[in-house]
Amino acid sequence: MRSGGGLAGYVARRLGQAVLVLWAAFTVTFVILYLLPSDPVSIMLAGGQGGEQSTADPAQVAALRAEYGLDDPLPVQYVHALWRTLHLDLGNSIQNGAPVTTLVGDAVPQTLALAASSFLLALVLGVGTALASTAVHRAWLRTLLQALPPLGVSLPTFWVGLLLVQVFSFRLPVFPALGNEGLASLVLPAVTLAVPVSASIAQVLARSLRTALAEPYVETARAKGASRARVHLRHALRNAAIPTLTLGGVVVGNLLAGAVVVETVFSRVGVGRLTVTAVNGQDIPLVQGLVLLAAAVFVAVNLVVDLLYPLLDPRLRVVGGAGASRRRTRSGAGRVLVGGAA
Amino acid sequence: MRSSTSLSALTLVAVLAGLTACSGGRSSAQDAADATPVRGGNLTFAISVDSGCIDPQQVGNNDALNIGRQLVDSLTVQDLDGRIQPWLAQSYQVSPDATTFTFHLRQGATFSDGSPVDAAAVKANLDGIVALGAKASLGSTYLQGYTGTQTPDAQTAVVTFSRPSAQFLQATSTMSLGLLSVPTTTADPATRCAGTSLVGSGPFVVGSYTKDDTTVLERRSGYDWAPTGAEHQGEAYLDSITYRVVPEASVRTGSLQSHQVDATTGIASQDLPQFDGNGFWTQRRANPGIPYNLFPNESRAPFDDVRVRQALSKAVDREQLASILNPGDQAVRSALSASTPDAADDSSVLARDLAGAERLLDEAGWTKGADGIREKAGRKLTFTVLFWQPTSAVLELLQQQVREAGFDLQLKQGTTADTTAQQNSGDYDVLFYNLTRSDPDVLRTIFSTDTRNVNQRPRGAVDDLLAEQSSTTDAAQRARLVGQASRSLVQDAHSIPLIELSTVIAASDDVHDLQFEGSSRLWFHDAWKQS
Repeated sequence: MRSGGGLAGYVARRLGQAVLVLWAAFTVTFVILYLLPSDPVSIMLAGGQGGEQSTADPAQVAALRAEYGLDDPLPVQYVHALWRTLHLDLGNSIQNGAPVTTLVGDAVPQTLALAASSFLLALVLGVGTALASTAVHRAWLRTLLQALPPLGVSLPTFWVGLLLVQVFSFRLPVFPALGNEGLASLVLPAVTLAVPVSASIAQVLARSLRTALAEPYVETARAKGASRARVHLRHALRNAAIPTLTLGGVVVGNLLAGAVVVETVFSRVGVGRLTVTAVNGQDIPLVQGLVLLAAAVFVAVNLVVDLLYPLLDPRLRVVGGAGASRRRTRSGAGRVLVGGAA
Repeated sequence: MRSSTSLSALTLVAVLAGLTACSGGRSSAQDAADATPVRGGNLTFAISVDSGCIDPQQVGNNDALNIGRQLVDSLTVQDLDGRIQPWLAQSYQVSPDATTFTFHLRQGATFSDGSPVDAAAVKANLDGIVALGAKASLGSTYLQGYTGTQTPDAQTAVVTFSRPSAQFLQATSTMSLGLLSVPTTTADPATRCAGTSLVGSGPFVVGSYTKDDTTVLERRSGYDWAPTGAEHQGEAYLDSITYRVVPEASVRTGSLQSHQVDATTGIASQDLPQFDGNGFWTQRRANPGIPYNLFPNESRAPFDDVRVRQALSKAVDREQLASILNPGDQAVRSALSASTPDAADDSSVLARDLAGAERLLDEAGWTKGADGIREKAGRKLTFTVLFWQPTSAVLELLQQQVREAGFDLQLKQGTTADTTAQQNSGDYDVLFYNLTRSDPDVLRTIFSTDTRNVNQRPRGAVDDLLAEQSSTTDAAQRARLVGQASRSLVQDAHSIPLIELSTVIAASDDVHDLQFEGSSRLWFHDAWKQS
C-alpha cells in the first residue's frame, strides 16, 4: 500500500471492495427476507398495511406465488435474483408490479433534495455551534452552547417534526404540512432532519477544536501575534476538520434513517417512505433495490472522504494516507449501513 | 419503531388537543336545505395509506377502493338500505337457482376512451377478473364458480355460474367488479395499478397518480349515467379531487383543522369531537359485513368445548366496548354488522351474562384458581389473540372483561406479515379481524366448512343454512335463512362479534353532499364545494 500503485491503483482496489460490499448487502438482505415468516403475496392480498383479511382462493394464491417464483427452492431464487441484478435488472415490485428501478428512480431526487438541503443547513448550524461554544468566554453561555449538541442528538426526530408542523403549519400558516411542492414544502422537513445531523457534527467538531486549541502550535501561532479569530479559524478549525470528516458516513446514515421519519411526518415522497412500505409489505425485490442503493451511497461517500484526507492534511500524502484513513472510516461505514437498511 | 412513533405521536396530539379549546355547537352546513350546488373547484381528501395501486379491480384496501369507486361504474348500485338498483344495467333477471344472471344494459354509456359500455365489455371485464386470479383480491372471490358470459346482443349480457351464487348480484354493485374499457381488461396489471392504462366509464378520470403522494382525478365531461338514487344527473360538480396520502394521524387532524385538506376518513376517534361543529361536520356509517370478531379455533382445547366458547361470548360487555370506540357507535347485534342487508338482531344472545358464563365454565370443569384464572387438569384457561389492526384499546378492555369470568386472554400485536403467517399456519387459539362486504353471503365465505372454515370445525347444520341462502333468490326466504344461520353462529359461539368498524367522514363545512355508498365507501359524484 505504501509503495503505491498510485491513485489509479487505489481507486481500483476501492472499487473492488465496493463490489464486495454490494454483493454482501444483497446476500444478507436476501437471506433475512426469506427467514422472515409469512410471504409477500399474503400481505399484498391483505391490502398491505392496515388492510382487511383476504378471502382469495388458496389455489389462486398459490398460482400467484408461483408467478413471482416464490415457490422455487431458496438457492434457485437466490441465483435468479443475483443473475438479474448483475444485468442491472432489479425486477418488479411484488406489491404493484412496477419496475423497482422506476420506483427507486422516482423517489431518489426527492430524498436527495431533502438530504442536500438538510446537510447544508446542518453544516452551517453544526460548525457555527462548535465554533461559538469554543470561542465564547462567558461560562454560562459556553455551558449552554455545549449542551445543545447532546440535546439535538437525543430529541426524537418525529417529535421535532410534529412540533414544527403544529406550530409553523397548523397554528401559523407559514409552511405547508404536506407534500413535495416547491421550496416552501422543503423548509420544515429540512430543519427537522438538520437537527440531529448538525448536533452530531457540532459534537465531534467542538471536541476536536478544544483538543486542537490546546496543541503547542496554537501557542506558537499566538506567540507570533496571530489574532484569536485567525488562530481559531485558520489553524485550529483546519486540524479539527479531519476527525469531523470521518463522520461523513455517519452523517449520510443519519440523513437516510432520518428521511424515513421525516418523509412520513411530512407526507413526502422519497426513499425513506418507499423503504417503509417495502419492508412492511416484505416486497423483496424493492427492499433489495433500496439496500443496494444505500450500500452504493455509503461506499461512494467513504471513498470521497478518503480521497479528501490528503487534501486537508499534507502529512497523509507522504505516509500513504489512504490506508490510514480507511481504517478510520470503517467503523463509521459499518454502523451506517445498518442504520440505512433498517 | 412504527408502534413507538405512533404512540408518542398520540401523546403529543393529546397534549395539543388539550390546548385547542373547541367550542360546541353542531354545524348544519351539510344538510342545509337552501344550499345550492356550485360547479367547479378542487376537493382535497386525505387518505392514510397508499397501497401502490388505484385499479379498483385489483385493490383490497379501503382508501384505494374509495379512489377506484369514482373511476368505474357498475352494473348495479346498492342503496344504503341494501337494495340493489339499476345503474349500467337498466334491468336484470336472476334464474331461480341463482346460476344465471341476465343484464340489460342502458344505451349511450361510454368509457372515457369513447368506446361503448356494451355486453362485450361486460364479458371482457368478468373474464379479465378471473384471469387476474388472486391479484383481483376481492373480485376473484365474488366470481368463484364463474363459467362465462354470453352476449346475445350488444345490450344483453348473460353471466352463468357452475353453482348457485346469490351473492353475485350484490357483487355487481361493487367497484371490485366495476367496468373498465376492453383494452384495459387485458392491459398489464402494473400499468393499470399506476393508472396509466386505467379507463373506466365513471364520473371522474385519472389525472395523475404519484405513489405515496397524490392521486388527482378530473371530472369526466359528458358523463350522464349516474346511478338510481344519485342526487343529480349529468357531470360531477367538482373539477377535480386530489387524494393526498398523509400517513401520520396527527398530521391528518391538523391538516383538516388548518384547511390544508377539505375532508378525510382517517381521523382518530379521540380527535373527532374537534370536528363536530366548529366549521366542520362528521358523519359515520358502520361498514357492512363481518364486524370485528373473535374466531375461536375449535380443532383443539379449550374451544372445542361449546360451553367454553359460549362462556367467552357471554363474558363480553359489547355496550362498554362500543362506548370507548367512537361516541355514538352502537353495540354489535349479530354476526353481521347492522348495515349489512338481512342483518338480524341477536342482541339477546350477545348480551353480557357473567353469571351464565361462570356457570358454563363450572359445568365444563374449569375451576377458578387463587389468581382468578380458571384451571382444568393443570391447564390454565389461557389463550392468545394475535392481531395487527389498530384496535388495542378495545382489546385491552376486552381482556379485563373476560378476566372476570376466569379467562386469561393474552394479546399479541404483530405486523401484518407475521400475523398473516400465523393465521395461514392454522396454529392459533383465536383469530381477530373484520371483513367489509355488503352481502350476507360473507358469512358463508368465512364460516362455512366448504370455504374458509375460520373455526377449523367439523361440518354441522349451519353449513346447510349457509349453502342454502347462497342459492336462494327469493328475498324474504333468503333473509330468513341468513337470520337462522347468523343466530346459530352466535349461539354456538363460532362467531364472537365484538365491535362494528365505522367509517367516519370528517370534512370542512365548505364540503357538501359527500356521501357513503352501500359498502360504506365514498361517492363523490354529488359532492360539491362552496368557493
